[in-house]
Amino acid sequence: MNRRLQPLKAYATGTLFILPALVLFAAFIFIPLLYGLFMSFTDYGGFNLKPNFTGLDNYKKLLQDDYFAVSLKNNLVYTLLFVPLTAAFALFSAMALNAVLHLRRYLRMAFYFPQITSMVSVAIVWGLLLNPIRGPVNQVLKALGISHPPEWLMSSQWALIAVVIVAVWKSFGYYMIILLAGIQGIPEYLYESAKLDGAGAFKRFLYVTLPSLSPTLFMVLVLTVINSFQVFDLVSVMTDGGPGRSTNVLVFRIYQEAFIHYRMGYAAAMSAVLFLIIMVVSIVQFRLEKKWVTY
Amino acid sequence: MLNALGTKRRDKVFYSLLLLALAVCSIAALFPFLWMISTSLRTDVDLFRNPMNWIPNSLYLNNYKEVWTTIPFGRYFLNTLKLSVLITVLQVLICSMAAYAFAKLKVPFKNALFILFMTNLMMPWHSIMVPQFSIVSKLGLYNTHTGYVLVQLFSAFGIFLLRQFFLSLPSELNEAARVDGFSEWRIYWRIVMPLSKAAVSTLAIFTFTFMWNDYLAPLIYIQDDGLKTLQLGLKAFQTEHTTDYGLLMAGTVLATAPMVAVFLAGERFFTKGVATTGMKN
Repeated sequence: MNRRLQPLKAYATGTLFILPALVLFAAFIFIPLLYGLFMSFTDYGGFNLKPNFTGLDNYKKLLQDDYFAVSLKNNLVYTLLFVPLTAAFALFSAMALNAVLHLRRYLRMAFYFPQITSMVSVAIVWGLLLNPIRGPVNQVLKALGISHPPEWLMSSQWALIAVVIVAVWKSFGYYMIILLAGIQGIPEYLYESAKLDGAGAFKRFLYVTLPSLSPTLFMVLVLTVINSFQVFDLVSVMTDGGPGRSTNVLVFRIYQEAFIHYRMGYAAAMSAVLFLIIMVVSIVQFRLEKKWVTY
Repeated sequence: MLNALGTKRRDKVFYSLLLLALAVCSIAALFPFLWMISTSLRTDVDLFRNPMNWIPNSLYLNNYKEVWTTIPFGRYFLNTLKLSVLITVLQVLICSMAAYAFAKLKVPFKNALFILFMTNLMMPWHSIMVPQFSIVSKLGLYNTHTGYVLVQLFSAFGIFLLRQFFLSLPSELNEAARVDGFSEWRIYWRIVMPLSKAAVSTLAIFTFTFMWNDYLAPLIYIQDDGLKTLQLGLKAFQTEHTTDYGLLMAGTVLATAPMVAVFLAGERFFTKGVATTGMKN
């Protein structure tokens, strides 16, 4: 072969290797992203209907849509409960697991186990566990002397909290493994020298573990916040957004608008808000990272 | 930290208490599954005795027989198996090819392309699900397995994971093979892939579990009962049969069992893969 064609051929081979991924990315991620933005300025109703350009109407409507506001508020409450609880459970179980030598493999598997099961089966089982009259949770609470335990999924006050409890139970094992790997990466000599300086267990946690772990902990916070804005399955199976609107969250609202009421243009505007929220959260968190993460 | 424990008596007591607390917590973590199995082995009469007996009086296996005939459970199961296997194989293939190119080959605008792909890691699928659905249905693929499969094949996570691994392989290996007259395809398939079994298995197990458990995407893309997956079937089953707890739980156990098998077989890949997601790039 001609020597001058050699580099061209190398580029061609490389491009061929990437081509399938590139085509899929373009067709099902990049174009939808642009198309979604366009859709959000139209009254598109789905399938073969023709979209009409309506300018900023969808966004104006969003600002006055109290149903959307409720779902946004619910989602924020969910985030504010889910993120710290999951991070705390994950951190403490990782610390505890790191400190024990016995049963470690079993414990790691037991805590991670909920993660491998589907949200749907988990939601179904917990729905029955939390049944106010027949469910074991309230039977135990009654046996403990609480005469009027919460009605969980039937109560608009408790339903969202019940969803958070299940979500934390399901997710913390995943973040625990990430943090456990982080803890095991902390060099032993840091603890040794802290001990020589007379630091007790709590001080060693505060001055050695936390700073060394901060990049991993930070990653866990970013991931849990982003995840909390994607909650759908639990809500769909456990409560269907109810009672009333009490557990209706962002993605569930988008789903309802797009695939039940076929107001896809409006749903696309909501999706743009979701996209924006996650981008802002990520950017803010990466800015903050510089302030409190020490390497 | 570990060495310090167990040296003093006080530490020994603390250690035992910690272990006990962890054991209790682990049972609490597993309780919903234990309850699920116990309920699936009961008649409803046995379940709602008052006060509730936690261990079934006798093993009632009929739920496991009936669930196959009450709903098209076998069909859902086969659909889910087909889709999960197909998507896993194709996704691993597509991701590994792209990852190999990013790690070892010449590609025009390689860095820009890689960054573009990786932005997908930050972008929630939920924010593009509406336009993506609209495009797939315009292609005439709504309510087909093909449409659902197509939207699942690209994975930024998969490309990232495999690229990191491929980068760690020595480039001299590729050079030597090239000198021996191997084509890039042969190097990729015969040398790189076999050397990367651990990373490839990690991705495969992750993808398989994710696809098996997927709910929202099938909910959007699949309409016909004959095309439905287990998760959709379970959800519909719950709505129609909430009163028959035993039957519902038998279905849930059967839908969960394959994932438990995969988990027990590939536990080290799971933990390795999870630990990797927490790593900074």
